[in-house]
Amino acid sequence: MLNGIPLSWFLILAAALFCIGLYGALARKNAVAILMGVELMLNAVNINLIAFWRYLNPSATVGLAFAAFVFIVAAAEASVGLALIISAYRNMRSVDPEQMDLLKM
Amino acid sequence: MTQDTLVTLTALAPLPPIIAFAVIALFTNRQRALSAWLAVGMMALSLIMSWIVVFSVIGRPDLATNPLHGSIAWIPTGDTSLSMGVSVDPLGALFLFMVPLACTLIILYSVGYMSHETRYTRFFAYLSLFAGSMMGLVVSDNLLSLFIFWELMGFCSYSLIGFFYYKPSAYNAAVKAFMTTRVGDMLLILGMVYLYTQTGSLNFHDVMMNKTVLEHLAETPALLIPGLSAAGLAGLLIFGGTVGKSAQWPLHVWLPDAMEGPTPVSAMIHAATMVSAGIFMLLRFFNLFAISAEVGNHTPMLIIGLIGSLTAFMGATIALAQFDIKRVLAFSTISQLGFMVAAVGIGAYGAAAFHLLTHAFFKALLFLGSGSVIHGVEHGHQHVTGHHEHGDPARAGLDDGHGHDAHGHDTHAIEDGSRKTEDLHGHGPSFVSSHSSHKEEFDPQDMRNMGGLRSKMPITFITFLIGGLALAGFPFITAGFWSKDEIFAEAYHFGIGQGQPLATLVFVVLVLSALMTAFYTARQIKLTFFGHPRTDAAAHASENTWHMTLPLIVLAFFAIFAGFVNVPKDFMGFGDIFKSLGLAGWLKDFITPMLIIKEEAPAFNLVPVLFSLAVALGGLGLGWVVYSGRNLEVGVPDPVQKLGGLYTFLNRRWMWDELYRAVLINPLQALADNYTRVVDKGIIDKILEGGFAIGSLIADGFKTFDRVFITGFSDTVGRAFKGLGNFLRDLQTGQVQGYLLSAMIAVLVLVGFFLFVLAR
Repeated sequence: MLNGIPLSWFLILAAALFCIGLYGALARKNAVAILMGVELMLNAVNINLIAFWRYLNPSATVGLAFAAFVFIVAAAEASVGLALIISAYRNMRSVDPEQMDLLKM
Repeated sequence: MTQDTLVTLTALAPLPPIIAFAVIALFTNRQRALSAWLAVGMMALSLIMSWIVVFSVIGRPDLATNPLHGSIAWIPTGDTSLSMGVSVDPLGALFLFMVPLACTLIILYSVGYMSHETRYTRFFAYLSLFAGSMMGLVVSDNLLSLFIFWELMGFCSYSLIGFFYYKPSAYNAAVKAFMTTRVGDMLLILGMVYLYTQTGSLNFHDVMMNKTVLEHLAETPALLIPGLSAAGLAGLLIFGGTVGKSAQWPLHVWLPDAMEGPTPVSAMIHAATMVSAGIFMLLRFFNLFAISAEVGNHTPMLIIGLIGSLTAFMGATIALAQFDIKRVLAFSTISQLGFMVAAVGIGAYGAAAFHLLTHAFFKALLFLGSGSVIHGVEHGHQHVTGHHEHGDPARAGLDDGHGHDAHGHDTHAIEDGSRKTEDLHGHGPSFVSSHSSHKEEFDPQDMRNMGGLRSKMPITFITFLIGGLALAGFPFITAGFWSKDEIFAEAYHFGIGQGQPLATLVFVVLVLSALMTAFYTARQIKLTFFGHPRTDAAAHASENTWHMTLPLIVLAFFAIFAGFVNVPKDFMGFGDIFKSLGLAGWLKDFITPMLIIKEEAPAFNLVPVLFSLAVALGGLGLGWVVYSGRNLEVGVPDPVQKLGGLYTFLNRRWMWDELYRAVLINPLQALADNYTRVVDKGIIDKILEGGFAIGSLIADGFKTFDRVFITGFSDTVGRAFKGLGNFLRDLQTGQVQGYLLSAMIAVLVLVGFFLFVLAR
């Protein structure tokens, strides 16, 4: 089934997904949305990893392992990030990252 | 007692009063009674030590050539060494008898006299130092240590004359006394230095009792001055010290003003210490003049004789026209000192010493007596004003606190028409203020405010009468008669007998002066003690405590009996009486061995004795007659005031103060003012200001360099880092998404760099 799809399509998809995630991370005014953007970028990378593994070196498991690491780190990162955002919200009654500039003051 | 013990005692004799000074000044200055009795006790200790020495050596026949002497090497100078020590020779013994006795009595008297004063203990401290200095001067064996004590006395007199330092007249008098005697002291220093260069020794005995040294001095021509020998020049320079200290013309002006101090100080200065010290030193150097005259140079003796006669005459005339009881005595002191100096001038060594001794006793007596009178009248005044001003206790307390001497002096200067020290030092503010209120002020020293005191103050009256008669030379019973007669006899002998013109002049002048002395003494006694009291204060005067009367009685004893130690052996009647007592001519025999050139004592001659009797009794009688009856009433002008212009001239003391002001003080002040203006402000200040300007210019250059380079460099560096910091700070926006954006741009740039630059 996959044989008909060239590698470049996966890469294009991943690139598009990464760009959407990047835009979300840079442009959103909500810290949770930024976190979601970051997740999109991580998953775009995961798509790249799996695509390269399947097309270039399917006998090795290194690509799968890498992708699994990224999942796990992303999950951990999301939980820590959410916790930080909740804590910040409790303190500041806001999740707008533009207002989180206490160090600058 | 052994020789060594006596030398030790002599050396220790001046110490007790000096110790009393230190102890009072340092430790007991808060305890009035303790300080006063410490001063009296220490002086009495000194008296006992001195008298032990005096009575031990007095019988030694060779005391002049072999005096009691002890010394230590003080300052080693090269191959010689300057020795300091003590010695007692006949002249010293005479003073060692008189000085501590008079000082003890004066200090004892002060216990009563000063009892109302604040700064009571300070007075006793100074008085002790004064007495100790005089004792040291008397026992000194050389001119240098004599000079040290001489100057100590100068300091003490300054402090004590200026004791009431809050009165302008008092501190002016103190400065005047100090400055005037300084002129004489300068000459004395020159004489001392010159004598040392000529002889290499300042020891009295080595120089004055050594005929070889004296003849060498007499034959050496003097430095710079032709026709004078070294002996003459040294002698005259040293005589300059005497002129200053013993108030001889032309340096006599300080002594009348010196009575601004408390009365015991006047007694001290006029009798026991200051003025006696001058004559004492002149007598010490008598051999210089004698040897000078021996080789034919009579100039030094001539100068001394003339100055002495002029001073004697001037003092006596001025005393005629004074109203202040103490000032009459002050001028009589000047006059009597003139007698002594004139006696030295004609070579009457023994007579001068004798008169100095008797004068010290009766003048101390008269001054203490006048103090007693002033004290009594002052108390009478307080008694009277106490009734009049009953509702004003503060005022009465003030009067009490100020005491007698501090009171009324300023006004007195105006009342008798003479201006005192203010003439020399400008008019102080208090002078002006007292002028406006002088009608109400009472002067307890003005004889016109006295009268009739003989019944109020009997002890003072009798003792003062004895002192006055001694001063006038009342025949046969008073000491003054015998000592004055001695001077007359010698002057007559050398003058009319041997035809010396100087001695003739001295004889005539002194006889005239003695006549005036007797007259003004009678005037003083009559004005003070006789008639009716002329003021309420005099009517309420009362006798003083035993502290004050006891010294008067003791001094009165000596004012009579001190004369009997030198009655001429061949004096009719009396000579035989005193010869049987072993006293006839004793003093002369005792001290004339001090002379290198022995003069034949003049044989008894009735003529000078008749003169002496005539002037003493004539002057006293004339004064007695003139000052009696109506002339003692209130408001009657004094007969001397009828002399008109002559009275003013005498009352203002021959105008010497005015002359000195015009001739010396004003030009010197003008010179000093001009010097300040031209040299100080015009030249020295300008040079300094120029130096300052150059320095300031150089400093300005350095300042610019500093500002531009040093400060500029460090400022630039600092400012650069500050700018950088500001720039970097702006980068840190605190916006998380901003940082993320920059990170993305950076990644894109790096990736582009790798792809399009490195991979090429």
